[in-house]
Amino acid sequence: MNNNLKSEKLSVASPSEQQSNSAGRQKQEGLRPFKVVNKSVRKIDALYLSQGKPSYVEDLVPENALHVKMLWSPHPHAIIKSIDISEAEKIPGVKGILFHGNVPRIPHCTAGQGYPEPSPYDTFMFDKKVRFVGDRVAAVAAISPQIAELAVEAIKVEYELLEPVLSIDDAIKENSPIIHDEKEAYVPIPIPFEPEKNIAARVGMKSGDFKQGLKDADYTFDKVFETGYAQHTPIETYVSLAHIDNYGRIVITTSTQVPFHCRRLVAQTLDIPVKKIRVIKPRIGGGFGSKQEMLLEDVVAMFAMRTGSPVFFRLSRKENFMYGRTRHPIRFRMQYGVKNNGEITALGMDAINNTGAYGGHGLTVMSCCGSKVFPLYHVENIHFDAKAVYTNLPVGGAYRGFGATQAFFAVESMMDMMADAIGMNPLEFRSMNHIRSGESHPAFAALGEGKDGTAMTVGSCGLAECIEKGAKEIGWDRRTSHKEKTGRFRRGIGMCCLMQGSSVPEIDMGAASIKMNEDGSFNLLVGATDLGTGSDTILGQIAAEELETTIEQMLVYSSDTDMTPFDVGAYASSTTYLSGEAVRKTAAKVKQQILKVAAEMLDKKIEDLEVIDAKVYVKGTEEHVTYSAISYYSLYENNQFQIHAVESHITHKSPPPFSAHFVEIEADMETGGIKIIKYVAAVDCGTAINPALAEGQVEGAVLNGLSYALTEEYRFNENGKMMNPSFKGYNIFSLRDKPELKTILVPSYEETGPFGAKSVSEIPINGPMPGIANAFFNATGVRLFKAPFTKDRVWRAIQQSKKL
Amino acid sequence: MKTITFNINGIKREFVLDSADEKLLDLLRRHGYKGAKWGCGDGSCGACTVIMNGKTVTSCITYAFLADGKDVWTIEGLGTLDSPHPIQEALVNEGAVQCGFCIPGIVLSAKAMLDENPTPDDDTIKEYLDGNLCRCTGYEKIYTALQKVVSKNVEEV
Repeated sequence: MNNNLKSEKLSVASPSEQQSNSAGRQKQEGLRPFKVVNKSVRKIDALYLSQGKPSYVEDLVPENALHVKMLWSPHPHAIIKSIDISEAEKIPGVKGILFHGNVPRIPHCTAGQGYPEPSPYDTFMFDKKVRFVGDRVAAVAAISPQIAELAVEAIKVEYELLEPVLSIDDAIKENSPIIHDEKEAYVPIPIPFEPEKNIAARVGMKSGDFKQGLKDADYTFDKVFETGYAQHTPIETYVSLAHIDNYGRIVITTSTQVPFHCRRLVAQTLDIPVKKIRVIKPRIGGGFGSKQEMLLEDVVAMFAMRTGSPVFFRLSRKENFMYGRTRHPIRFRMQYGVKNNGEITALGMDAINNTGAYGGHGLTVMSCCGSKVFPLYHVENIHFDAKAVYTNLPVGGAYRGFGATQAFFAVESMMDMMADAIGMNPLEFRSMNHIRSGESHPAFAALGEGKDGTAMTVGSCGLAECIEKGAKEIGWDRRTSHKEKTGRFRRGIGMCCLMQGSSVPEIDMGAASIKMNEDGSFNLLVGATDLGTGSDTILGQIAAEELETTIEQMLVYSSDTDMTPFDVGAYASSTTYLSGEAVRKTAAKVKQQILKVAAEMLDKKIEDLEVIDAKVYVKGTEEHVTYSAISYYSLYENNQFQIHAVESHITHKSPPPFSAHFVEIEADMETGGIKIIKYVAAVDCGTAINPALAEGQVEGAVLNGLSYALTEEYRFNENGKMMNPSFKGYNIFSLRDKPELKTILVPSYEETGPFGAKSVSEIPINGPMPGIANAFFNATGVRLFKAPFTKDRVWRAIQQSKKL
Repeated sequence: MKTITFNINGIKREFVLDSADEKLLDLLRRHGYKGAKWGCGDGSCGACTVIMNGKTVTSCITYAFLADGKDVWTIEGLGTLDSPHPIQEALVNEGAVQCGFCIPGIVLSAKAMLDENPTPDDDTIKEYLDGNLCRCTGYEKIYTALQKVVSKNVEEV
């Protein structure tokens, strides 16, 4: 096949190709310009996915699979006094029932994190106590979902009801009922854990003299912000399949972001060796953090082990809402001091995170409220105290943005309030205070994942350019004061600045394996977990760039704990930066082997050779051997060996991507409605390995952030039961809700990332909530402190402001 | 069990219902048409969209017996790897496929729209695609891809 033709076809990329500074940077350094990275090549799996080829867990279920249904707790807080499964067991077609009486009782956490996890081991496969409406009581495996459902209904349970804890205030009050009173619960690393006070975790930092900072200020502020429950709602719910292979091992095919953590957690929970388990991640129907968790895998594995049959378990949409993980609701008390000249003298954040019935990710989400947020602006005097509290409500988890999303609502709202107080343009105020390349911040060193963080200086920072370009695109110059606006419909423009990280330094590890085939193609095996982001494609691009071949020559496979090397998985904005560098290093090693073989074939020294377009040339001549010839030689001809390498990578910093978001809204003063007129997201993610896919990350995160800000809400009854568990009751945006959306990629070059790349997938979801709040203030003069900004809540805020 | 007959992707085929109230999605998936996805079970996400007699239906809430004697198109009837349907080609070129779970439904909604009117305006695109939820893309590239297909049709007309 004519490679040139094909590669042209593959590089169609209508989206704005980055006219890249990165490429300029490459030239400066005397390197060749990029050939594969920084190009919008087609996502490698896009075509077959668009044709509906069987790819996802549910497409792979064998006909003889058993189906699982769960009996969920109807009560928020209760002891299971008795449970009778005898009637259920008698139903023909029922093959197994699991409940606390017949499974190991091993404390663990369901969060897929580094090991040992910075989360309390406060969960049991099944327990005698239920802690939220939707907690596990018993599971049935049967030959059909209908029979499993019947059997669930036939299980008789007697509960002793306990007083529920249904809010943050309930959780922290004196003599509050204790949710985790079991003595087995503990944290595997030394972090504060006080279950007797319903505290799942605590984290904080101090820098400088916070109180003095407040005293030195011309203006001080003390405000409370609050965010609510929300869910990722990937269109594919949680879904898992397990079967026993011919060796008697358990093979779990599951929709997960963390196959290796999942394997470890299932082994722990079932008390079996890791070697008994293989976890395969096929294509995933979206995750956004929700699937950084072991939620169904222990159950299908246990049933498969006990019955010997394949076992399938998929949550209904209602179950997904009620039992699945959520974004932690957080209440922030924010104290700031600012001088008339714009200097921020003090930053105080007291945060309480509602982690729900179990504490997974509670500490780390809190930590990221500081570590991924505070460094954005210079301030020496910091007070940060955060705790995650248990309630008898749905369980918090990892969700794109991971604490930074909630915290930026508070921080970026306050930035506008401070600018307003000192009479400074919010853009100017941010521009004079934001961190720049070469600068550091005390929060980097103070806040880690259950331990100290990692001190670092900021490498690349394109924030100034993001602000400039975004302001121009939205037409910031048109912005007028809210005081000049009257009438029912009022328009306003708001903005915010953002950062995130790229991977968890010194903790997270990614690895890759590359082997060469006869036609000069390469198998790239990665533990990194493509959950729809396109990471298989961009990792393929990185390998192809380093190997100086084309993306068509890369055969990418992810992820399978038997086949692919370890990777912590898709979270913490790590795949491009961390796993990408592992891939680049692996490719570099393979290239050295290729050169070695070529040297032998050409009878030259390696230093006399150069690689151009998958051929090794004797420098300055036309004499060459092709990759294909090299592979044949190495496999069949002389001194045979497999050209193959494995490399791992950990990072020593977590370079922040930076972003400036701008939004124009129209507020309806009579109904409290907020309409988005236009949204602009300018983002510096270093070199965009694939600009079209990077834009897609921004667009998807922004739209998710918009509905998170405006419509997405868990509505609970007095029993802590979610009352709107469907897409009819929980409103995520459709195409019709999409406003005009403009993404601007601002290139920079991060020295420590593969080909200059940083992360991009999480940061954009942080913008809509503060951006809209600031635009709403600019439209109306009314400040929104509680999210989401549903019509009724906004209408009440407007009425309240009239009384003042 | 009752047997029904309908045209699937242009070919007449007999299907045996699993139960009288079996849903079309389940029947299709049992027979190997895995392209239609289950996403909500109440017709609100559109991942299970198929075309029946020229109109899209959410097959997760459509009784299978209603397909008897009808003309049903699923994603399996549209395009191949070597020769993708123009809608698929446009979505792939635009970078509009992320996790891909919603995409078969989106392709079929777009096809039903374009079969009815090859040159719809922007509002019509939004109306036809309103029932297909996507959580990955923000719809931006899906929308642009469909606009490009329409522009091509306009040129041809």
